[in-house]
Amino acid sequence: MTDLTKLKIAEARKLLDNGDLTSRELTEAHIEAVESFTDLNAYVATTFDQALVMADAADTRIKAGESNGMTGIPVGIKDLFATKGVHTQAFSHILDGFKPEYESTVTQNLWDDGAVMLGKLNMDEFAMGSSNETSYYGPVKNPWRATGSNSDFVPGGSSGGSVSSVAGFAAMGATASDTGGSIRQPASFTGTFGIKPTYGRCSRYGMVAFASSLDQAGTITRDVRDGAIMLESISGFDAKDSTSVEMAVPNFEAALTGDIRGMKIGIPKEYHLDGMPAEIEALWEKGKNLLKDAGAEIVDISLPHTKYALPTYYIVAPAEASSNLSRYDGVRYGLRVTPDEGGLPAMYEATRAAGFGDEVKRRIMIGTYVLSAGYYDAYYLKAQRVRQLIANDFKKVFAEVDAILTPTAPSAAFAFGEKADDPLAMYLNDVFTVPASLAGLPGSSVPAGLDSNGLPLGLQILGKPWDEETVFKVSGVLEEAVGFTAEPAIWWR
Amino acid sequence: MSDIDKATVAKIARLSRIKIEEDKLEPLAGELNQILGWVEQLDEVNTDNVEPMASVVEAKLRWRKDEITDGDKQQSVLKNAPRGEYGFFAVPKVIE
Repeated sequence: MTDLTKLKIAEARKLLDNGDLTSRELTEAHIEAVESFTDLNAYVATTFDQALVMADAADTRIKAGESNGMTGIPVGIKDLFATKGVHTQAFSHILDGFKPEYESTVTQNLWDDGAVMLGKLNMDEFAMGSSNETSYYGPVKNPWRATGSNSDFVPGGSSGGSVSSVAGFAAMGATASDTGGSIRQPASFTGTFGIKPTYGRCSRYGMVAFASSLDQAGTITRDVRDGAIMLESISGFDAKDSTSVEMAVPNFEAALTGDIRGMKIGIPKEYHLDGMPAEIEALWEKGKNLLKDAGAEIVDISLPHTKYALPTYYIVAPAEASSNLSRYDGVRYGLRVTPDEGGLPAMYEATRAAGFGDEVKRRIMIGTYVLSAGYYDAYYLKAQRVRQLIANDFKKVFAEVDAILTPTAPSAAFAFGEKADDPLAMYLNDVFTVPASLAGLPGSSVPAGLDSNGLPLGLQILGKPWDEETVFKVSGVLEEAVGFTAEPAIWWR
Repeated sequence: MSDIDKATVAKIARLSRIKIEEDKLEPLAGELNQILGWVEQLDEVNTDNVEPMASVVEAKLRWRKDEITDGDKQQSVLKNAPRGEYGFFAVPKVIE
């Protein structure tokens, strides 16, 4: 019998609509896959009973001819999306026991379309990390292993559980979120397709906040078409999020015409980093040639403020985080630690000391410092001004080109502990993804090859604001041209 | 410019309402100095006449009628509270 967990969303869609497969069969196969996936630590909470109820409802709906792209499709949900009555802790100790009384808009959109929830997925604590090692529940393993090796690698972060479950056939798709690269970098590390839409495309209502001017939901899937189907489902205006933009959601799948003839693709010279592995340079060159062969015009461009994006991000994001995370005070939800003495202030300080991990504390303290009297202008306002220059760089080049091609990350997946003790080395993972986050642009990571160790590498496509369609179109052509068919060997079942 | 010492770390920790043990202050000062030293490369950038960018969304905040759209959810609001009493969040005594 064929392994139903290896189906892609679009393939399953056909079988479901033809009556050759039921959502219950598909869901049961995935429940089994999730149960045999525990060693990778991707799921923290499973919702199998609920999944079967949702699957049966989907089957009824499909029979009635009322299905759409996501009806009956089993998916995993990153733990920072509020799911009513189900574990939602952003993998932090400080949200111990929190079960929201409401549903995030992104997940509600999926359920309205008939998708099936398998459970909640591991992530870096409050999405602060690039390797999933800051999770209070321990790291997630990458399903991929180096050729001939049994050692484990990080899946990237912060959406580590999302990419691991999708790459490892324990979900057909997963929600994810991107603040500085948390969808695209882990997608690159796991040979999956990740898409972060334009800031404002998806509602942030019910998403645990990290840095509100940057946080944006997106999806992880096994190919570009599935990404188009799933992103369309979660997108759309929502009055409950003041930064959600009132704009019609295009049919993203229809953008996959395979035709990029005459399109202009920009290659930014500043993305050639000193010391970047030759394999990544070569992959980038290969991507460029493939797009050229497909009829696109390759244009050399310059984004002069690129090198300042990371330092800008590490002021703006911690500043917003220090403000957002002030809500965790032990009063209204989650953990409370009450020392014998000191009253209310001591309770706040003890709760937050026990509840936050080291990286989260570090970022809250940096944020507090750069916002404090005497430093606000020198750090925070300065960073916001540089952010404007970075956004202007993109604006200028997008007057000339339709999309930009870059590597997604400066390396393949690395070993556990390799960068965990050096915050700056860890931050560098996001060097290619952060600039577009600061500018609010849509971007994807497309699986484009394997390195000499047999680990996946991705290429990033960036588009103009609200032009996810071009990002999908170019991603689709690149995917087709690359012909990436590699899969991780299933060592965990 | 960045010269965070133990006393500054203690002050930031206090402002952040995070209790930091005495022996952790020194290592944290080192880490924060390393990160802030690195971000100070922004000083090279000329930002004269550049407006600070607070949001990538150019749209104006929407207005709506000032009317009740939701409510009557006391039970829901208190459901996740570590301690809720008499329909309120309960905290250690603040005023003697």
